[in-house]
Amino acid sequence: MIRLKKLAVVLLAAVLTFSGCAGAGASAGTSASAAPATATPAQPTSIKIALGSEPDNLDPMLSAATDTSSVMMNVFEGLLGFNTKGEFIPAIAESYTISQDELTYTFTIKQGIQFHDGKSCTAQDVKYTYDKLAGLDGGTPLNTTLSQELEKVECPDDYTAVLTLKNKDAGFLSKATISIVEKDYEQNSTQPIGTGPYKFAEYVKGQKLVLEKNDTYNTITDRKPTIDRVEFEIMTDENAKLMALKSGDLDIAGVSSTNVPALKDEFTIVQGPQNMVQVFALNNKVKPLDDVRVRQAICYAIDKDEIINVVSGGNGAKVESFLSPSMATYYNDKLNAYTLNLDKAKELLADAGYANGFDLTIKVPSNYQMHIDTAQVIKDELAKIGINVNIELVEWAQWLDGVYTNRDYEATIIGHSGKLDPQDFLNRFSSTYAKNYFNFSDADYDALIEKAASTADQAARADYYKQCQQLLVDKAASVFIQDPYINFAVAKRVEGLKIYPVTFFNLCDLTVVA
Amino acid sequence: MKNKSGKSKNLAAGAVLLGILLLVLLVSFAYLPYDPNVMDTGAIFQPPSAAHLLGTDNFGRDILSRVMQGSQAAFLVGASSVGIGLTVGLLLGAVAGYAGGAVDEVIMRIIDAQMAFPGVILALVFITVFGTGTLNTAIALGITSIPRFCRVTRAGFLQLKTMDYVKAARSRGAGPMRLMALHILPNMVSPLLVTMSLGFASAILSEAGLSYLGLGIQPPSPSWGMMLYEAQAYLLTYPWYAVIPGCMITLMVLGFNLLGDGLRDLTDAKAR
Repeated sequence: MIRLKKLAVVLLAAVLTFSGCAGAGASAGTSASAAPATATPAQPTSIKIALGSEPDNLDPMLSAATDTSSVMMNVFEGLLGFNTKGEFIPAIAESYTISQDELTYTFTIKQGIQFHDGKSCTAQDVKYTYDKLAGLDGGTPLNTTLSQELEKVECPDDYTAVLTLKNKDAGFLSKATISIVEKDYEQNSTQPIGTGPYKFAEYVKGQKLVLEKNDTYNTITDRKPTIDRVEFEIMTDENAKLMALKSGDLDIAGVSSTNVPALKDEFTIVQGPQNMVQVFALNNKVKPLDDVRVRQAICYAIDKDEIINVVSGGNGAKVESFLSPSMATYYNDKLNAYTLNLDKAKELLADAGYANGFDLTIKVPSNYQMHIDTAQVIKDELAKIGINVNIELVEWAQWLDGVYTNRDYEATIIGHSGKLDPQDFLNRFSSTYAKNYFNFSDADYDALIEKAASTADQAARADYYKQCQQLLVDKAASVFIQDPYINFAVAKRVEGLKIYPVTFFNLCDLTVVA
Repeated sequence: MKNKSGKSKNLAAGAVLLGILLLVLLVSFAYLPYDPNVMDTGAIFQPPSAAHLLGTDNFGRDILSRVMQGSQAAFLVGASSVGIGLTVGLLLGAVAGYAGGAVDEVIMRIIDAQMAFPGVILALVFITVFGTGTLNTAIALGITSIPRFCRVTRAGFLQLKTMDYVKAARSRGAGPMRLMALHILPNMVSPLLVTMSLGFASAILSEAGLSYLGLGIQPPSPSWGMMLYEAQAYLLTYPWYAVIPGCMITLMVLGFNLLGDGLRDLTDAKAR
């Protein structure tokens, strides 16, 4: 009898453990809303933001992680900054001119800007930064792109910096957003000093990165820091973030689309395109995908709206080509694109000699649930035109090696996130690009990319990039699905969070309300 | 007396639990309420209802059908991994235990070397090299269970080969094959049954773990571990989705563990 009772207890405990999760989630929700409301906004103000990964290096010259720069762009600034539309705005440089031959960029440095240690920011600091990155000071270049294209940096006076390029690069202004560091100061990895609206205060590895308000900030006049202290809590686990949000330990956290419905009553949800394109990449060199009609048939058979609804809970912007709508200047919103048409798809497959369909293997990186889910929907959709999809999950390192580097695959699903220059996206399809794992090769496309890269006139350049996007659609280079929204849950006491085309927590946008 | 009835209740509880799961398995071959892989994107995350007894998942697939279909993967992986582990482990263990000496040393050191690797890590390496899939998952888990069977068999053979009845049979001219197969092995059945039962439970748990890592059964084929992984993202919004595959894994592992314990108690001479 005793044994039987024990068994019953074990069973009961197992059931309670599972159902307990549900109960805890629901009850925590009701108690959390009271906490922020009762906290009076006593001086000084302070907020906590979740940071999705450990900072790789606090020195902007040595850091590559976007999560790190999303924070450190509050501490450091470039010659130019950017706004929510991805347009360049004056920062350390109050103005610039480009020479007739498009090789010389002359920046006029704003007077009166100070580093956090009180020293003035001058053209000497700009020269120091670019020389060091490009290896012009005799050291190893830290930025290979810059070292290939930067000829020299000169300072005719303390407030003028002249950068000379070896070749024309219409995208060079995006490199003028690189963080400027103080001349001969080498401790940025441990005690970063910049000119930004926030000063570095403290970094505890694995726990938090703390910034404090820079009261003397005057670089960008319409940006003013108002919150005294901002703590970035390093949290990688989604469920831990949710719990912290609900208990009032976090004010802002990036959350996945699937959790938006559970949070939208208690928190302000700020969401929008994140300058990423989720692509169902097709290897243009393997049979039968080397036939443009087969690729077009696949394009006609895929219902992107269904994918966005099921996989992202409707939180995504549909795209037709390889550029996100958040790149407003270059995005072609008048694309002649594919609409769902199964009859047309079957017809094209029959023309290509695959009336009975074929087998297609999609290799999906196993660490991205969103892409795995997308693969399952695509399998369902392609079955309707006779294509039998086989999903194969591969480990991330294997994906990078096998699919991305060695191009050993038929189809895959991945997200590409962009920078401020459309070249970073669209160049991936040019035949000379080393990581063109799509194996897409088109002489017209290569010519367009080359022309765009050497045209300084922004309108003409945008036009070339728009033609590139249409060409990718016409040739059905791959299936471009969506820009999945980035979602932030923001406590009601914090207002003003904005989304930028590159990941950036602009703390000057934020205010704490009562 | 009291003690003895408790033991048989362990056995009975395990048998009942497994009986129910076996019934689910058998029914799943003959009848499923819906096609487990067909999506109905207009009906995602339906709570349990008359149409969908256990609700639907994030693709609008019927969870009951997927859980039922998933039992096939669980039993298949469990049975084939136990099969592989038993066959290889029994052969190696019998040879090592009966022959003794240098042969024993060599075989057991190899087995020790394999035991030095944590089972799941070894399975991960195997799957990374040979690829994912139901068959490879079963083979990988089978290989990791070889030492368990090998050690049990060897220990039994070491002990039994010195028994008087074995010596008597040998003195009457019985060869090594006959001695091993007809005189020693039949006395090994009960410890092996216990090991099989526990091995089955741990294989199912490992499969759930591998599928949870995305390296077991490949989507969209349902497996309980993978369902649990998919459900994790919706733990706050749709908790019942995670509860169902979680309960199935718990019940199956509990069932096999109870059965194994019960069998051991029933056949263990010392306890009797």
